[in-house]
This record gives sequence, C-alpha cells and structure tokens, in this order.
Amino acid sequence: MAFFNFRLQPKNELEKGGRTSAPVQSDESEPEKKCPNCHKDIPISELAGNLNVCSCGYHFRLNSRQRIGMITDKGSFKELFTEVDYSDPIDFPGYQDKIDSAKNLSKEKEGVVCGTAKIGGEDCCIFAMEPYFMMGSMGTAVGEKVTSLFEYATEHRMSVVGFTVSGGARMQEGLFSLLQMAKTSGAVKRHNDAGLFYLTVLTDPTTGGVTASFAMEGDIILAEPSATVGFAGARVIEQTTKKALPKGFQTSEFLLKHGFVDAIVSRQRQKTLIRHLLKIHDRREGV
Amino acid sequence: MKTEAYEKVRTARSNSRPTSIDYIHHIFDVFFEMHGDRKFADDGAVVGGIALLNDLPVTVISIEKGRSVKERMARSFGAPQPEGYRKALRLMKQAEKFGRPVICLIDTSGAYCGIGAEERGQGQAIADNLMEMMTLKTPVISVFVGEGGSGGALALAVADRVWMLENAVYSVISPEGCASILWKDSSRASEAAEVLKLTAEDSYENGFIEKVISEGDIGEDSFYERLKWELIWEMNALRDKPLEELLEERYQKFRKVGAQETD
Repeated sequence: MAFFNFRLQPKNELEKGGRTSAPVQSDESEPEKKCPNCHKDIPISELAGNLNVCSCGYHFRLNSRQRIGMITDKGSFKELFTEVDYSDPIDFPGYQDKIDSAKNLSKEKEGVVCGTAKIGGEDCCIFAMEPYFMMGSMGTAVGEKVTSLFEYATEHRMSVVGFTVSGGARMQEGLFSLLQMAKTSGAVKRHNDAGLFYLTVLTDPTTGGVTASFAMEGDIILAEPSATVGFAGARVIEQTTKKALPKGFQTSEFLLKHGFVDAIVSRQRQKTLIRHLLKIHDRREGV
Repeated sequence: MKTEAYEKVRTARSNSRPTSIDYIHHIFDVFFEMHGDRKFADDGAVVGGIALLNDLPVTVISIEKGRSVKERMARSFGAPQPEGYRKALRLMKQAEKFGRPVICLIDTSGAYCGIGAEERGQGQAIADNLMEMMTLKTPVISVFVGEGGSGGALALAVADRVWMLENAVYSVISPEGCASILWKDSSRASEAAEVLKLTAEDSYENGFIEKVISEGDIGEDSFYERLKWELIWEMNALRDKPLEELLEERYQKFRKVGAQETD
C-alpha cells in the first residue's frame, strides 16, 4: 500500500516541502522503520498489523486515509466535500509551489478528509486531518470542509468524530486562515446547541489555531499517548521566556494532568471506546 | 526595504499612541472596572467593566498594553493569559444576562506565550471565546485600536461589527515571525508585512471589517468624540435588529470567509 512509503520525518522537513517524492526502498529485504522511541527496527508488515504502534507503545504518525481506515467499518466511509480545493487569497509568494509539493507528498487535495461512516455499526460524521499536507495547517479549504461537515452533521442530527493533527493556522493565507478559527467554531457551536455530540481525538501534533478552535471544543476530548498538543510552539516559549521547559511539556499526559483532556487512549482501544461513546450519545429522532 | 505596511505596524506598536484605557476614559461617561475570571486570577492585560456610552449601559472589554515600564510589566505588554480571556468571557456572559451590548477594544501582539499559559489552557480559553461569542445574545462591536495579533486578538473579535483604526494592523502572524519562517531572516519583517495584507485597508477590501476609522486627530477630543458617536449610532442600529437576525448575520459574516460551493 502506498502509505508504507512514508517514513516518519521531522515536521520541518515536511513543512519545507523539501521532499517531493516518497523514498524508494533499494534492497530486496523487507522494509523496516526505526522506532524513534526504542530505536528498534520494526518490519513494516509487523507495524501495519499493530495499527502502526511499536511494541514499546510508540504511536507512529498516520495519514488521514490510514486513520479513517483504522477507525471506520470496512466500506462504510463516504467522502464529502471532495470538490473543495485550496485557494491563494492573498497571492502569497511561493505558496503555489508549497501546495504542489504537499499534493505530491500526501496524494491529497488539502489538509483534511471529511465524510460519513460507521464505527462499529454506529453512524457518524468523521474528519481526519492530513499531516503530510503542510502538516494539516488550516487554510480556507480546511476551514471550509470542517465547517461544512459540522453543518451537515447538524442538519442530519449526527455526531462528529474528529482526529486533529495540525501545525495551526496556515500563514500563507493570511487573515483568511485566521478567520477560519471563528468560522469552524461557529459551526461547532451550532452543532453543540442542537444537542449533538462531538468527540475529538488529539493526535501528534495538534497546535496553534487548531488547538485554539475546534480541537478543544469537543464534548469529550481524547488524546493519543505522547502526542504534542499546545497553543504556542515549545521552542518559541523557550526562547521568549528563557526558562527550561518542564519535562513532558505540551504532551497528552501534560494536558491530562492539567485538566484539558478527558482520557489518553491508545490506538488499539480507540475504535471500541468511540463506538460506545457514539452509542451513548445517539440523538437522532426515533432512535 | 521599508514598506508602507510595516510603517503601519510600527505606528500601531508606537509607545506614543493612546492605549485602550485612554479610549475608555474619553469615550464613556462612567466606568466601573471588574476584576478576575472567578477561576484562577486577575489578568492585568485585560481590562473590563461596565460603562455608560452616553446613557446606554454597555460592557467594555479591552486589551491594555500599559504605559510606564512598570505598568507594561504588570499587563504583560498586552499579551493576555488564559485567565484574561476567561475574564472577558465572564463579562460577556454577564452582559448577555443583563441585555447590555458589548464593546471590545483590541491592542495585542498576541496571546501570552509562556509555560503557565499552556498549563492553564491558552488554546482552550481562546476556543471557548470563539464559540461563545458567535452566539452571544447581545450586540458586539470590536475595535482594533493598535495591534491585532492572531488568535489572541480574534478571541475578542467575533463581533457583529469589526472596525479598525487607520493604522491598526490585524494579522495571522507577526511580520517578524513570518519573515523568519519564510526567509529564515526576521530582519525582512518589512517585506513580510506587505505580503501578509495586514493593514486596515486590506482587511476592509477583503470584507473582514466594516469600517476604517481615520486617525488624523488621534488622541484629541474631536477624535474620541467622533468614535463615540460612531459607536452610539451603530449600537443603536444593532439593538434595533431582532436577535435572531443579528445572530444569523454574525454567523454568516464569518461563514462566508473563504467559502466554496459544496454539494
């Protein structure tokens, strides 16, 4: 499968768009990935059989399609808003090139995939952000798709399950990006006021304008183990305050301790838990 | 390279410019300041309370940078902590309860960047304001009087009317931050300012704001008087709208930004 070609890369490498094609496996032996946590080489087939989680517990990054495939019932996912494309509203220098390489790298049109699906037989709307498309940054297309999904869910009285991964608002679209925070939050609020259920799963990394909008607006907020979640970037905080950051700063565990997530849930447990939570919150009429 | 946009950034940041408290003292007849978020602390970067606009009781919430070095320190140079945003939301909900319109004055380089701010949920505090302001059942006017830095400014700008002073700026990222990401060189902030389209004129042209306030006489009585009457007229017009219409228009104002046809 195509996604096996992706190797875990530092965020900056991806954001630079420096790599435009997937690395090619040169030798004949089975491809392996090195775990950044325990440093073991793990055969990719073994990883795939374990939802891309190392035996040490390290959660490898997933792209949006892997994420949806992992959590939804086979064949139940129907994608919505596929026609929404990127735009360059302030004619930002070099943006078109970045978009081209992001499209190439992720094989996606934009930074989020939305649709309807069943999770353990429970109907829901679902979105999964795409780390390999400019690190899931939120421009107008991401904002438009997430907003449209909440409007769709409100209209059809459906719960929303969202997997976040984002570097924040997308600088290249200027204020058009920033205002997506208000736009998505408005749609979440209307969904909320209709008495409908929204569950977010924060995955590595969820930062900036997405943390400060729909990522933190769930009725229930789950997080994957050791994901980076925060508002301001850790390096920026370190440089600004000139203070050493506490151990485990801006991790899922840090957020749990400080009261900002409900539970940390490993990938293996997510589907069962989400199915139960959807069942508990089913608010469609006549159910 | 000096750009016109960066000149505005410098003006917006200038020490000699009136700060939010000057506006409060000149525009409103009475001001009773209220402190604290009732959860953790009182954030000096956010100044809020009840005021009289002519004879209309309103809730005023402002981000204040401070003047003297000591005051600036106490106000974190106008960078609100999560408790600042929570104080703002408390006062907005109180305004809603008593049917008072809300006026926000914005002047911030951005939300406070620090360990404590993250520990106490800076992102969650901003997100909460964005959601709640969208459906706040009372008219809201937000005026950018200086800097409008990213999410930290937006957290007080989900309003029925958003106005900017002629030299105020409103941006997704600081020009310095943008330049260091884009060209790995923060000294090219001036060019970045141009690229980011952060001036009041840009925001007006892009339909993000409804009014640009000229500031030829900034700081003079005539300036405050003019702004005061603009606020009175507009607030009266907003108060005449049926609530449902007001909230639908507020939603659509943000909904239309970057909207595309979907099936």
